[in-house]
Amino acid sequence: MSNNGENQGSVSKLTLKVQRYNPDRDKAPYMQEFTLPFRKGMTVLDGLLYIRENIDSSLAFRASCRMGICGACAMLINNLPRLACHTPVEEIGEFTLEIKPLPNFAIVKDLVPDTSSMFEKHASVKPYLMRDDQEEMEHPTAEFVQSPDELESYLQFAYCIKCGACVAACPTSATGKLYLGPQALTQAYRYCGDSRDNKSGERISAVDPYYGVWGCHFAGACSQVCPKGVDPALAIQLLRRKVFAQSLGGKERTPSPVAAPPTGSKEKIPVPEFTVTQDDRS
Amino acid sequence: MKAQSSERRYLENYLGIKGWVWGGRYRLERYLYTLHRISGLALLFYFLLHIAMNGFRLSSGESWTSLMDIFDTPIVKFGEYLVLAGFTFHALNGLRLILQELGYTLGRPKPPVYPYVDALERRRPIVFVMGGVIIILLVVFIFNFI
Ligand code: HEM
Ligand code: SF4
Ligand code: FES
Repeated sequence: MSNNGENQGSVSKLTLKVQRYNPDRDKAPYMQEFTLPFRKGMTVLDGLLYIRENIDSSLAFRASCRMGICGACAMLINNLPRLACHTPVEEIGEFTLEIKPLPNFAIVKDLVPDTSSMFEKHASVKPYLMRDDQEEMEHPTAEFVQSPDELESYLQFAYCIKCGACVAACPTSATGKLYLGPQALTQAYRYCGDSRDNKSGERISAVDPYYGVWGCHFAGACSQVCPKGVDPALAIQLLRRKVFAQSLGGKERTPSPVAAPPTGSKEKIPVPEFTVTQDDRS
Repeated sequence: MKAQSSERRYLENYLGIKGWVWGGRYRLERYLYTLHRISGLALLFYFLLHIAMNGFRLSSGESWTSLMDIFDTPIVKFGEYLVLAGFTFHALNGLRLILQELGYTLGRPKPPVYPYVDALERRRPIVFVMGGVIIILLVVFIFNFI
């Protein structure tokens, strides 16, 4: 078995050491080794699926989209939280991988973490737009105006897929069960930084306690592992700045207004002659 | 079986304090977090010890000089140097944290375009400059101690 990335052309076998734990049967988790054929370009998720289909159908893990968008397949791969579907084996450069469930979450079974604590914390920071004009929010007449600059000031943080990799990497989350964690705090800033919102005060009171934004000591591990380039560590420091500014008497912004009704409509582009219309068909 | 599963408690998997020391293949700043904490606690410990030792002066001048004679060994000297080293690191890294934790020097959010580079990575030179200043100061302090 080769452990070396250099001669990967000749590698034909992959060894996955997977942490197993069945709450109905096992007292403690244990490691189990699987050897399977290696195929060029395969991801860690491909390997796990191979095990489940061909070797041991009782292996539990979570995955859905297999394209880095659902956030279900985050796990600890060779000691770093990653998306299994987004991690080609060749990128790691080793052909013996150790796979464990995400730390800082309880284990449901094998590689399945219980991420409900993260979702509860996420909900607690009010991750949605809040404005005074309730009527416009419920029965919108037009979109809210937002400049490209205003969009970019929070857009990066809106790419979060709630995979939990950042929480697994965070040393404060490792000891503080109450700590809101990088995922929730980032989403608090994503909405506080949105020019269409003017109720960041409500969100700030959710993140101001000691287990909120002040629990971050800027280890930056969250940003290192985030598979979507969200940079939670940056969002948290910007949030802290906002909380600090508000404590010094900073004011809520005036939210961006509703777009003005169009003054006139542009000339319609004529339908090309070759287009098949409904009438032609019948 | 069904009733049992509804009562089932999941297995806790927090890394705990050992996650501060070894969390995984993380970069420098996650371990500076730990070092800052250790140096802060060590300074606190030294501070309390320092106050207790100085209490000897209250009893008599002689007990103070005899205590200082006991302390006049290379090992204690080295210990004092470590305290100074710890203070230097804690103070400079503390200044970095005060600035960065209030959002200064980190720059603006950037659209995530692969390969992702986060704010800490972009501002890595700040940590290097800080490390450089600490090393220079520690070398200068060696001469003060001999
Ligand atoms: C120039 C002097 C100092 C500066 C600029 C400074 C700065 C800081 C900062 C910014 C923090 C918070 C860091 C974070 O967010 O994780 C901190 C934590 C701490 N400091 Fe200091 N400090 C200084 C001196 C001291 C001294 C003399 C002591 C001991 C008596 C001390 C003990 C601590 C402790 C115990 C912590 C908590 C560590 C933690 O929770 O991680 N500091 N310091
Ligand atoms: S911030 Fe990144 S690492 Fe954290 S949950 Fe969102 S996508 Fe995952
Ligand atoms: S399976 Fe959806 S993110 Fe990996």
